[in-house]
Amino acid sequence: MKPGWLDYVPRIEELARRQGLDWSPVIFEAVPDSFMTEIAVYGLPVRMPHWSFGARYIYQLVQRHMGYSRLFEVVFPGNPGHAYLASSNALADNVLVTAHVLGHADFSRNNLLFRRCQEQVSDHIVEHAASHAREIERHIETYGARAVEQVLDAALSLEQYVDVDQPLRRERYPQYQEVSAPVEDAFRQRYNVLESTAAPSLPSRKMLALLPPHPERDLLWFIATYAPEMESWERDIFLAVREESFYFYPVYATQIMNEGWASYWHARLLREADFVPQEAYLDAIKCHSDVVRPIASGEQIALSVNPYHLGFTLWEQIVQESGIDTARAIVREDDDFSFVRNHLTHELAVKMGLFQYLRQDNGQVKVQPDDIDALRESLLLDKYNFGAPRVAVAELHNDGTLVLQHQNQIDGRGLDPERARKVLQYLQRVWRRPVLIKTVDAASRSLELTAEAEG
Amino acid sequence: MSNAGDEWVRPALNGWYELFSRGSRDWLRHGEKVRDAVREHLPQIVAGADIISHGARTVRVPVRLLEHYRFRLRAGSPARGVGQGKAKPGDVLGQPASEPGAGQKGAGGTDRGGIELMLEFKVDDIIDWLWEELRLPNLQARAGATAESEWKREGWDRRGARSRLDRRRSLKEATKRRALASASPGFRDEDLRFRQLVRRRVPATRAAVFFLLDVSGSMTERDRQLAKTFFFWAAAGLRREYRSLDIVFVAHTTEAWEFNEAEFFDVVGTGGTVTSSGLAKVREIIEGRFSPAGCNVYLFYASDGDNAVDDRAQARSELDAVARLARYSGYIEISPNVVRTMRTETLRLFDDAALAGLPVGRFPVAAPDDIADAVRHFFSAESQAGAGAGAGGGPGSGA
Repeated sequence: MKPGWLDYVPRIEELARRQGLDWSPVIFEAVPDSFMTEIAVYGLPVRMPHWSFGARYIYQLVQRHMGYSRLFEVVFPGNPGHAYLASSNALADNVLVTAHVLGHADFSRNNLLFRRCQEQVSDHIVEHAASHAREIERHIETYGARAVEQVLDAALSLEQYVDVDQPLRRERYPQYQEVSAPVEDAFRQRYNVLESTAAPSLPSRKMLALLPPHPERDLLWFIATYAPEMESWERDIFLAVREESFYFYPVYATQIMNEGWASYWHARLLREADFVPQEAYLDAIKCHSDVVRPIASGEQIALSVNPYHLGFTLWEQIVQESGIDTARAIVREDDDFSFVRNHLTHELAVKMGLFQYLRQDNGQVKVQPDDIDALRESLLLDKYNFGAPRVAVAELHNDGTLVLQHQNQIDGRGLDPERARKVLQYLQRVWRRPVLIKTVDAASRSLELTAEAEG
Repeated sequence: MSNAGDEWVRPALNGWYELFSRGSRDWLRHGEKVRDAVREHLPQIVAGADIISHGARTVRVPVRLLEHYRFRLRAGSPARGVGQGKAKPGDVLGQPASEPGAGQKGAGGTDRGGIELMLEFKVDDIIDWLWEELRLPNLQARAGATAESEWKREGWDRRGARSRLDRRRSLKEATKRRALASASPGFRDEDLRFRQLVRRRVPATRAAVFFLLDVSGSMTERDRQLAKTFFFWAAAGLRREYRSLDIVFVAHTTEAWEFNEAEFFDVVGTGGTVTSSGLAKVREIIEGRFSPAGCNVYLFYASDGDNAVDDRAQARSELDAVARLARYSGYIEISPNVVRTMRTETLRLFDDAALAGLPVGRFPVAAPDDIADAVRHFFSAESQAGAGAGAGGGPGSGA
């Protein structure tokens, strides 16, 4: 009988510890491929039900069926962390994947962005998400599937709109604003010398504050907090989705670093894992080179950059030039923005064969002149705000009208009006008052969109 | 669970995920939503479904995955991106397949419209929806004198064919007997019970529908396709009301012939249009095979309306005869996409018959989307005529 994969775990962990990796305990679990697919689709092992996940699930199944991609593992940071491995993995895959998981666990324990978000959502996001799912099942029993689905339609369509720079549990804005004392002008001076009996007492120096005081980009929080007629269970659903987004943010915003770091460590630990049988070792090496492969085999050019490859290459370079301690400092302090901007040098970009392109509507792709700054920004373009257009709450009117503002100057163009109106339609069903959004049309003229009519 | 997996699963966490799939459940909900969405586009389905001719009980409709909408930037300006490989500035690339990256999480969102699903709908379901959607009243079947008889299960007996042994019943009998007399054998012949059949007469509603198609030279392929689609839904609608429906296919030019379904839609005739020949053929068949007393006869006639002028008197008398035998006669005029200034010969024929108080109606069909309207028109008009309210516009005003 061949040695089981679990037998290797303590030995790989021992190896990692000697290399200075520092992680919270990880629970390893082997799960069927179908469940791996679900984790990939939902983003969490147990998550709230929604039909859009069903569509993605089938899409993934089709993709998998056509052999496009395969998932080896998914790790959820936490204390303890959870690692799910596909039970179809070969022994060699699992040796590699265990080392990879430890790399992720080290990263998520030490990276500041991860730590900050984890402080907010606690070490138990997997359990929290499962309890959100359970809550929502209860709401379905109480209020019916349609009513709950309507709320989820709205909440999940705004999934990306959170502000992780604010605490997860946020105070409401102050209801009143201070009114500054009257200006001491000539009139006021004459007024002041009047007989004091004639002076009426000043009215209370309080005034209702404008809401929000500045553009508010945490749409989920704002709606859950200020919606005029939402039921409390509906607000809870918005906050549940928001909490999960808080968890997703660091995963999204450090993907290049995190996958690169894990790949760096699985390669390094594997090199030193002399206890792995020869045959498994070779398979694991092959598996590694598949994972960090820049371009699909048989292709000359890829129009996307494999984040595993990019991160791996950057980390190798950093460790080689500045040593592991510098690398660890970078793990602590950076996210993908600073990581790519600080460490993707022109030299390295040329060596990797990175190029920038423009894709026309007709699908024609034109390679752009070599410009490292522009190239870095293009790499990071989809990273802001989960890659979603920037939308903020601009005003909340007295009649309950919610005015959203699309920040088209930053995004460079307006919103797709059809989709925007559908999103507003979802939103209006729970906001229950008019909802509108300001953006620009194709000719950059300002445009105000309202929810698509029901029916 | 596979053996490979067993050895390294943590024992505390059993494979509950094998018992329940969230993905599949949400997929079912997605499917329901697709069906609801499709229901809202019934006229297009009715028009667009490629109906397999004989005995088609389902219709296949291509649908795309539903999109859960999010804010997105408008298309239009070129998208920036970063690629990797051998490319020089200024190169123009086609569309090389992009590498999704092993183990990468689903990017979520973009370009998911690529998958097209074929959804299969039961014709019966569509008809039910159509009736709901168009708010069509149910037809009132003329109670036929004919009755059908069929075998019904009724009662038990101690003797019977082995295949009709009712085990549950027999066991009960045996238990009863044993409860009274202890220490008796498990089963005896007297315990056995057999289901019995009796022949019962059930009142039946029968109907026959005649599809009369003008196949003269002026009817194009497209015209015939429109007629075929209409006939399909008319038959499906009648089937909803009648247990047994006979369909008779008659094609005519200057003469008329009866066809079977397979041949019917391929018939291409040449020459002129003499409506009376077709109507005469229909009358002949009704009189020969279907007694109007016990059978609800319907006629649907599709033509481009160019009846020969010298056939006018003859056609009138034939229509008069057929309309009196039939419960309802409908005429769909397949008109080309131009507005006609004058009523066609056939249109006038049916209008005159309607004025004379006969249960007839007519409806112009110019495009596939009109077919649902035609179905609505005829079925609401027919039911009104059936209720003795006279001809008139249908009450339904579907969305």
